[in-house]
Amino acid sequence: MSSDRSLVHIAFYAALIAALGLMPKIELGLAGGIPITAQSLGVMLAGMMLGPVRGGLAVGLFLFLVALGLPLLAGGRGGIGVFYGASAGYLAGYLVGAIVVGAIMKAMRNTNVVFGAVVSGVIGGIVVVHALGVPVLAYKAGMSLDQAIMVGSLPFIPGDLIKVVLATLVAHTIARGLPSAILSRA
Amino acid sequence: MISLYMAGNSWAHRMPARAKLLSLFAVSLLVIPFNTLWFSALMLAVVVVLYASLGKRGLEKLKAVRPLLWMMGIIFIVHVVLGDIEQGAIAVLRLLAMVLLANFISITTHMEALMDAVEPLFWPLRVFGLSSRRMSLAVALVIRFVPVLLAVYASLQEAYKARTTRSNSWRLLAPFALHAIKMTDHVAEALIARGGADGFDR
Repeated sequence: MSSDRSLVHIAFYAALIAALGLMPKIELGLAGGIPITAQSLGVMLAGMMLGPVRGGLAVGLFLFLVALGLPLLAGGRGGIGVFYGASAGYLAGYLVGAIVVGAIMKAMRNTNVVFGAVVSGVIGGIVVVHALGVPVLAYKAGMSLDQAIMVGSLPFIPGDLIKVVLATLVAHTIARGLPSAILSRA
Repeated sequence: MISLYMAGNSWAHRMPARAKLLSLFAVSLLVIPFNTLWFSALMLAVVVVLYASLGKRGLEKLKAVRPLLWMMGIIFIVHVVLGDIEQGAIAVLRLLAMVLLANFISITTHMEALMDAVEPLFWPLRVFGLSSRRMSLAVALVIRFVPVLLAVYASLQEAYKARTTRSNSWRLLAPFALHAIKMTDHVAEALIARGGADGFDR
């Protein structure tokens, strides 16, 4: 894998995370029509497909562009301001989450891709993201951890679980159709 | 793509980007011990004055907080339910002030100036073979990829609508990823064929 190819892949997943945040919302019948912003889906996919190093760099590049002032976060938010907002911890969670997803995916590269994607998605894409997001929310909003979990975590868990399922579906499809694209298992 | 940047030549535009970033960082640390209602309100007022100093267009940029308002509402309601309205007001005012202050840098600093200002922070990434040239190429690629990806998705949506009359579905995600990854491979090949990120001149 040449470094040029890596560079393009990293840029691609950074763009994918951005595009998923800007896309028309997908309404899921099974979730009671809750609209889902797919941004964290892109974070999970970056880790799953690229592995820890390149996946982390992809999310880092995305956050860098947000910091530079591009309104790429879901809802058209961007700029340095978002890193001072109440949800700043979740952004850090995206970065660490993608690295963890990639590391788990890499460690499980000899097992079934669906199993690896579900495990890495739940741990890296949900647990890690919320573990970093909730304390920052609690601090910034002057709430206790329990309150922050009630406000900033529990309402989003069902949607996050659906995103793990979707990321797994995508990973499964790519594993069959374009196996060379799953660099974390190469 | 639309950036938050607002073209202009005010005092804030002329201030060096690195000085702006460092002051923001300093302010964010200095205000931590001041946890009173009047201080938070004063801070927000000062930030609004900063925006006002850019003129009418500057004040219009204050609407950047709109996407945050529901979150602020929830935070405030949680505090009201707990019976501590003052703490809720402090938290919301302070968050608004800090977000707007940071956003002030985004609207008065050009992207390239910001990139140059933070470049020294990236030297640890040289371990991964990252030069400033590669960094710029990566940024340019992302900015170009985003609209292309949206177009790829839109064409899949159109085909799906023609088949099913519905306009969007999770079923489109996997084909979208496949299409997009194939396209990326072409881009990578084209880049390598042209000498790679470093070009032929080295």
